[in-house]
Amino acid sequence: MNKVFPSAAAALEGLLHDGMLIASGGFGLCGIPELLIAAIRDAGTKGLTVASNNAGVDGFGLGQLLETRQVKKMISSYVGENAEFMRQYLSGELELEFNPQGTLAERMRAGGAGIPGFYTATGVGTVIADGKEHHDFDGRTYILERGLVADLAIVKAWKADPSGNLVFRKTARNFNVPAATCGKTCVVEVEEVVPLGSLDPDKIHLPGIYVHRIIAGAHEKRIENRTVRKRENA
Amino acid sequence: MAEETKGWDRNGMAARAALELRDGMYVNLGIGIPTLVANYIPAGVNVTLQSENGMLGMGPFPFEGEEDADLINAGKQTITELPQTAYFDSAQSFAMIRGGKIAMAILGAMEVAENGDLANWMIPGKLVKGMGGAMDLVAGVGRVVVVLDHTSKHGESKVLKACTLPLTGKAVVNRIISNLGVLDVVPGGLKIVELAPGVTEAELRAATEATIV
Repeated sequence: MNKVFPSAAAALEGLLHDGMLIASGGFGLCGIPELLIAAIRDAGTKGLTVASNNAGVDGFGLGQLLETRQVKKMISSYVGENAEFMRQYLSGELELEFNPQGTLAERMRAGGAGIPGFYTATGVGTVIADGKEHHDFDGRTYILERGLVADLAIVKAWKADPSGNLVFRKTARNFNVPAATCGKTCVVEVEEVVPLGSLDPDKIHLPGIYVHRIIAGAHEKRIENRTVRKRENA
Repeated sequence: MAEETKGWDRNGMAARAALELRDGMYVNLGIGIPTLVANYIPAGVNVTLQSENGMLGMGPFPFEGEEDADLINAGKQTITELPQTAYFDSAQSFAMIRGGKIAMAILGAMEVAENGDLANWMIPGKLVKGMGGAMDLVAGVGRVVVVLDHTSKHGESKVLKACTLPLTGKAVVNRIISNLGVLDVVPGGLKIVELAPGVTEAELRAATEATIV
């Protein structure tokens, strides 16, 4: 079975439909599947619900799908970097479900691991707990959160081998692992597809069982908040 | 302008917050003033900084030209790694937070209340950014220290009997470090631990709506 596709459009063929739920990896603009997002924009799929920690920035990452009004609802923990998002949300054009960051990550992990729900103390006593089942364990109150299973996961890794084994780089791993596991289908974009046998089996971050389609391509990898320090003179 | 030299400025609050660190701690620093705490870690105190986007052992900002788009902190700032650095995914990151492995979090606040309630994630109708990892942190870490200006620009106390903004966590704050001093959350209210330089107890009390015991 061949998992490597020639382009993002080819890798997404037959997988997109209006109203679907997509889980996306990335934190801020770090490790986002920028090629697949651009291809979904070009495909014009509408009414999307997107589970992603952030919503990109104006004009890049998931911000592109907001501009084209392809997103009906976001499930995110932090959306503060995106003026268009704020405008659409405050005007009622866009639905938003805030999930605490760890709850969102665990919802994806649990969904991918066949766990339909889990109890967490995160959000107890806040609006996040409204309408959710509460349960006490050992004298502490927890709320029930649901595992999340997406129609499609789009993720970005550093390297893949043709079997789909993935290696990530530094903090670009972030939500890519839990997002990948929670997709009924998972499409991965990488900077490089390397030959079978060239990745150390002891250093695989995500085994290929979770990965269905792969594309390789050049990434812009935009930096959101470039922060540097001065060189000290010796 | 003499009034403005009273108490701690942003860096002064960060330096005071750094005195909360103990050797060997794993610590998470929030965005804003808490990020500055890393500049004031006392000599002889070795702490490991966790960044909730998936890193333990966070190093300083890179030199110009050495920024790496794949290496950022939770504030999306470019950073560097250290010899002890480890990377992991977001589920693992919050497993260690939720699991109580992080000794302390130092976080910013919009409001804090005398029972330890914290509000730092949204102002309805005005500011809708999100809680990020703050709700997970306050629910999971061993000790929560918040850093904030004691009053708003209009002089209204942000150290309250009860928060008016949506909560980040209920009864989660252990210690408050403001520009005016240090207070602990204790049964019945707040206890003054320390006054910032040049600040009198009367001034701290006047700026505090919460019950001081």
